Amino acid sequence: MAKTVDVENLSIYYGSFLAVEDVTMTIRAQQVTALIGPSGCGKSTFLRSINRMHEVIPGARVEGRLALDGRDLYGPGVDPVGVRRQVGMVFQRPNPFPTMSIYENVVAGMKLNNRKASKPVLDELVEMSLRGANLWKEVKDRLDKPGSGLSGGQQQRLCIARAIAVQPDVLLMDEPCSALDPISTLAIEDLINELKTEYTIVIVTHNMQQAARVSNYTGFFNIEGTGKPGRLVEMDETRTIFSHPAEKATEDYVSGRFG
Amino acid sequence: MTSTTDAATGRPTARPVLQVGDRVFVNLTRGAGVLLLVVLAGVAVFLIAEAVPALIAPSDELPGGLTLIAYIAPLVFGTILSAAIALVVATPLGVGVALFISHYAPLRIAQPLAYLVDLLAAVPSIVYGLWGAAVLGPASVGLATWLNEWFGWLPFFAGPVSATGRTMLVAGLVLAVMILPIITAVSREVFRQTPKLHEEAALALGATRWEMIRMAVLPFGRSGVISGAMLGLGRALGETMAVAIVLSVSGGVTLNLISSGNPSTIAANIALQFPESSGLAVNTLIASGLVLFVITLLVNAAARAIVNRRREFSGAN
Repeated sequence: MAKTVDVENLSIYYGSFLAVEDVTMTIRAQQVTALIGPSGCGKSTFLRSINRMHEVIPGARVEGRLALDGRDLYGPGVDPVGVRRQVGMVFQRPNPFPTMSIYENVVAGMKLNNRKASKPVLDELVEMSLRGANLWKEVKDRLDKPGSGLSGGQQQRLCIARAIAVQPDVLLMDEPCSALDPISTLAIEDLINELKTEYTIVIVTHNMQQAARVSNYTGFFNIEGTGKPGRLVEMDETRTIFSHPAEKATEDYVSGRFG
Repeated sequence: MTSTTDAATGRPTARPVLQVGDRVFVNLTRGAGVLLLVVLAGVAVFLIAEAVPALIAPSDELPGGLTLIAYIAPLVFGTILSAAIALVVATPLGVGVALFISHYAPLRIAQPLAYLVDLLAAVPSIVYGLWGAAVLGPASVGLATWLNEWFGWLPFFAGPVSATGRTMLVAGLVLAVMILPIITAVSREVFRQTPKLHEEAALALGATRWEMIRMAVLPFGRSGVISGAMLGLGRALGETMAVAIVLSVSGGVTLNLISSGNPSTIAANIALQFPESSGLAVNTLIASGLVLFVITLLVNAAARAIVNRRREFSGAN
């Protein structure tokens, strides 16, 4: 299940533009790793490079190495489609498929992997995933209703259920709470705490309290100016980053003096 | 503007405050809507009024000495058959071209291609008709012979094969080419507007490009594709010149698509017969026009019903 992600000297390009430069970090299994930093510093781009979602933009490419339990995800012959089946993703805004019911949303990934799953198997998968996302009690009587009829927080938990239904090794979250109210945010944060026993979780957030609350490790990204590439300034245990970081820039950022 | 109050109770009335600009705009849009209804009603009234003499006349006074139903039924059959062929051929093709333009082709190919397809819509129908009769018809004889040889057991290809190629199959194909740009253009626009969020949701689950299209793009574009197909069907049902030129008419009702004995269509029949008609014959033709009008309304109502059936899943909420 949960696997370690090793990143070595990873640089991400869009065409000739260098977006993120020379990132080296280890993302540990069954831990929550938070990525923080000012807007445009490349933390989302870096997150997307972990499941190769940044490649939806034509011209995107990387240099360096990004390995999942030792297997290079950018090696020759590696299909990005296969990578995304191992590394799930939750987006900034809840995006359940509007034309599908709650049930269909949860099994959507499963249908791609294994078309011949029987109804009882799917039923069990749906219940397990929705329970895993703390959503089962709220929706169990309306599984055939459209997913878009749920509240924003419920939709985001539905997206988490959809992502964990395919049992990925790593779960990426790109500012999963930025479109949600405080109560829904709390529900997602509790959920992240439960999920980390089974998954490797990487979360990008603009909310430093959130990073401090949910993560075990924190990486701080920064950018020197517009047009310059984003870089990983430092990465350490969350406790250390927020109390006595090694770099002055990190201290300034987490204490709210800039950014 | 101050809000008005009810004189009796002193409470504000329910009438909302409207700025001048809003008021002008509301009336402009309302006027446009009413105008559309008036035109439609005018057409309907004209058709009904002119059709009535044919509806009440005894059958021996009508052209050909047939009852009105016996006169119009083969035309209705021919109209629906030719339009159905066109729709069956053009819809998958149009959706395919639209998907290629919106999701597969690189930008420098997609844009000129989109432009070319739009250009197809601007070709006058008589040009399509001449092309169908002079080029596609003769060229189709070989295909028709082959279909007859291998699929002759199907009623559609029973033969005998027409030597000129001016068959129902060719008329349907010409109509398909004519409605292709409409279906493509409408589908392309809705496919393009598929939210990035939903495309990325599918890709992040490990969908291939085609699976992403099936999960996110096609369901989102479904109502647009149906609208496009209905616009195309409307054109196919009402097309006059192309069919009049291509189709060799003998009046029989047959499913045979490759023989020289074909029913005409309502619109083509009106165009061909009208110059030599007078009196009750004109009323009969207009009665057939009324039937076409009703068919078109029914087809559109059916399409609306299909689109609305899964309204709560449309993503509009």
